[in-house]
Amino acid sequence: MSELTNTSSDLVLDIENLAVRFETDDGIVRAVNGLDLQIRKGRALGLVGETGAGKTTTALSILRLVPKPPGVVQCDKLELNGRDILTMQTKELEKVRGKEVSMIFQDPMTALNPVFTVGDQIAESIHLHENVSMTEAQKMAIDMLELVGIPGERAGDYPHQFSGGMKQRVVIAIALACHPQLLIADEPTTALDVTIQAQVLDLMKSLRQKYQTSLIMITHDLGIVAEICDEVAVMYAGNIVEMGTLEDVFNHTRHPYTEGLFNSLPNVNDRKAKLKPVPGLMPDPTDLPEGCPFYPRCQYADEKCKLPQKKTYVSDTHFIRCCAYDRPGFHIEREEKS
Amino acid sequence: MSNPAFTSADLRAYKKRSLSQEVWRNYKKSPSAMIGLVIIIAIVIAAIVSQFVFNYDTDIVQQDIMNRFQPPLTEGHLLGTDQYGRDELTRVLYGAKYSLAVGIVSVAISCLFGCTMGLIAGYYGGVVENIILRFCEVFMGIPSVLLGVAIMTAFGQSLAVLMLAVGLVYVPMFARTARAAVLPVREEEYIEAAKVSGVGDLKIIFSHVLPNSLSPIIVQVTMGVANGILSASFLSFLGLGVPVPAPEWGAMLSSAREYIRDYGYLCTFPGIAIMVTVLSFNLMGDGLRDALDPKLKQ
Amino acid sequence: MFRYIIKRILMMIPVLIAVSFVVYFLMDLAPGDIISSMAPQDATEAELEMMREQWGLNGPLIERYFRYLGDLLTGDMGMSPSLRRPVAEVFIERLPATLQLALAATVVALIISVPLGIAAATHHRSFLDGISMVLAMIGVSMPAFWLGLLLIMWFSPLGLPSGGSGTPLHLVLPALALGAGQAGTLTRITRSSMLDVIRQDYLRTARAKGVSEKQVIRKHALKNALIPIITVFGSTLGNLLGGAVAIETVFSWPGIGRLTVNAVNQRDTTLATGCIIMFTVLLTVTMLLVDIAYAYVDPRIKAQYSK
Repeated sequence: MSELTNTSSDLVLDIENLAVRFETDDGIVRAVNGLDLQIRKGRALGLVGETGAGKTTTALSILRLVPKPPGVVQCDKLELNGRDILTMQTKELEKVRGKEVSMIFQDPMTALNPVFTVGDQIAESIHLHENVSMTEAQKMAIDMLELVGIPGERAGDYPHQFSGGMKQRVVIAIALACHPQLLIADEPTTALDVTIQAQVLDLMKSLRQKYQTSLIMITHDLGIVAEICDEVAVMYAGNIVEMGTLEDVFNHTRHPYTEGLFNSLPNVNDRKAKLKPVPGLMPDPTDLPEGCPFYPRCQYADEKCKLPQKKTYVSDTHFIRCCAYDRPGFHIEREEKS
Repeated sequence: MSNPAFTSADLRAYKKRSLSQEVWRNYKKSPSAMIGLVIIIAIVIAAIVSQFVFNYDTDIVQQDIMNRFQPPLTEGHLLGTDQYGRDELTRVLYGAKYSLAVGIVSVAISCLFGCTMGLIAGYYGGVVENIILRFCEVFMGIPSVLLGVAIMTAFGQSLAVLMLAVGLVYVPMFARTARAAVLPVREEEYIEAAKVSGVGDLKIIFSHVLPNSLSPIIVQVTMGVANGILSASFLSFLGLGVPVPAPEWGAMLSSAREYIRDYGYLCTFPGIAIMVTVLSFNLMGDGLRDALDPKLKQ
Repeated sequence: MFRYIIKRILMMIPVLIAVSFVVYFLMDLAPGDIISSMAPQDATEAELEMMREQWGLNGPLIERYFRYLGDLLTGDMGMSPSLRRPVAEVFIERLPATLQLALAATVVALIISVPLGIAAATHHRSFLDGISMVLAMIGVSMPAFWLGLLLIMWFSPLGLPSGGSGTPLHLVLPALALGAGQAGTLTRITRSSMLDVIRQDYLRTARAKGVSEKQVIRKHALKNALIPIITVFGSTLGNLLGGAVAIETVFSWPGIGRLTVNAVNQRDTTLATGCIIMFTVLLTVTMLLVDIAYAYVDPRIKAQYSK
């Protein structure tokens, strides 16, 4: 992966061979399987995939917030700004959370504590990480609220007094209060009305530019990725099946699953066109196939797909996990756009 | 995201079962609930068998002054003898019938009156509901023990009055539980449908409303037996319940109280009997609640 | 909020009148009356009638009751024939002892139950969880008066006083006996509501902010878990007052519980009715305080009250 990066010191996040499993009564759920991920300073990565692909679990692993038990996290490398997260002492880790990396959760309705004022919830983060008094932190929290477009005098209100979109703004304010180097946004707009979605995305975009924050945008909405991200990683059954720049993945799609994702999008130019869904379901994460997890649903699959798949580089910035390109002349049906 | 709501195993396990089978299947899963059930069965058997094995006049109440205060583990007296030389184990076993009878009959009384009131209040609403709720409020305002004391004093001490007193004390609790259970059912469309098709109110209540509000009532019944036994034993302890020399556990504790310094075992065994009985009903109540509403189970 | 409190207090009045009616009539049903037991053996019917008039107990039941109620509504709780003193005076004299006992028991219950319940929830399905649930269940199932007897048996040989009142030491055993049952109930509810809260998303938000695990539990989780805990706490207060009657009997504690039981036993209708009414007032007022405490914990409820 050194092709993707200029120097290793430029990396905000460096994950190698991450595996997360949940040991439940009904069996071992393999949520993430050998995932590699790197993000450079100031870049935005879209992590795309269907529900259950392991996106949120990957994100939680970065903050070491995977519930344990039943979760077990293993990896060769999990570094944030060059420091190993996995072996970090709890105290150290608490200083990193919210300060160097913070997270926006999917559902703003449940992400805020109902018994504290929103001002206090933002101030708490500032008070924990910046060397300021609580009164000072509260003042800064009000500034933060105004920054995300909520009048400062509402700092004394409780979450139940806010609408969903407003709550998500508060969550964003909490996440950005200490200007983290890395922001993980887990489907930040899924629970919101479409009109509010655009506002929240714009807000995130402008704040990110302002603070030069790196971003992992977890979503299943390819439109959001196109709007915000520089790079895209497509996840399927706990691993990245295709990753590259926005241009690489969107216009030079290689992996059959990515192709399926694009084909299932409605076409704005041809609204009457029939959607082509990806047939079948994700494999049961307690019982993953040994080879490519997508082959039972893949129209191009052959015998070799039942073997473990290696990373194959299409270009310096673009890789896939698919052996189909070993076949001479293979191409998927989605035409190249450039 | 990584917690699949449905696994294929869930779907395979899905079969159509009757409610009681389903409840029993869930109930069996809890070891503590099963322990409770087994102990209750054992107590019931002990209570019934001791009625036939022991003679009330010669084994239970006849005094044997020569053998007073034999300590536990004496030959022939596993739990020793009391201040009149009567075998403690025999009396404790025989006494099970009082606690069980009071617990069960009093709950039957409070359930019958309470549920009727609660169903009527919940089904009709309006003024009727208001009157019934105010009535409950009055009786719940008085600490239940004091209400029990007043009723026992008013109607005299006997097993029957004790059952009635304990039963009446818990009527409001059942009324509120039943009403709360009916409220959501009242709005259901099948009730509306039954009304439109001209089914009588009484028939609707018994064939539609009641079966669908049963779960919380069943739990309340089990817990009610536990509470009833506790209350009855206290009233007997105060000398207001089953009159001596009947071996009611609370009454036994009351008469053992003056020997507490020297013959502590007399104050121990009847109490253990009360505790174990109440504990079993509580365990069963917990188990039933989890079994009836698997969603609540953790 | 203020208007809500006033409304609740006004709503108490009809309940209290109904309580007085129920208790007064029940007491009248009881065989025997206080006057005949107070009067000398050879008292004539005329003398008895005179005594009844003196204590306001003459005339038919309905008339007597309404005379009592009339006095009650003007704030006069009458004279107790058995103690030959005003009911209000006796009650106020005895009240602090019961309040002291109830408060001490509640403190005992809270000190045991809240940390134990939290520990059980944060170590879900561990040995600690199991053992604390067993203990809680035993606490709930144990008759308070029997626990009192056991405590006397175990600790009075060690020098702890087993009866009477006066020193803080006298309070130890009664408070333990009374608090155990409440501790059991509260441990169970603390555990289950903490288990509920622990799975909430907002705790993950707090952790993601860098809040330490200790603070996540103590600050973020506990304040939310308090809402159901307070509800159940309120509902245990009735049991607590009832339990106080039992404990006062066992430990000869000079409180209003024993006063009431004695009044009933002696057929002192005036004293018994007065005491039970005051018990009801006590219970209702504590319930109201619990409801107010609610509003301070849960901003959503506070908002409802101010509407």
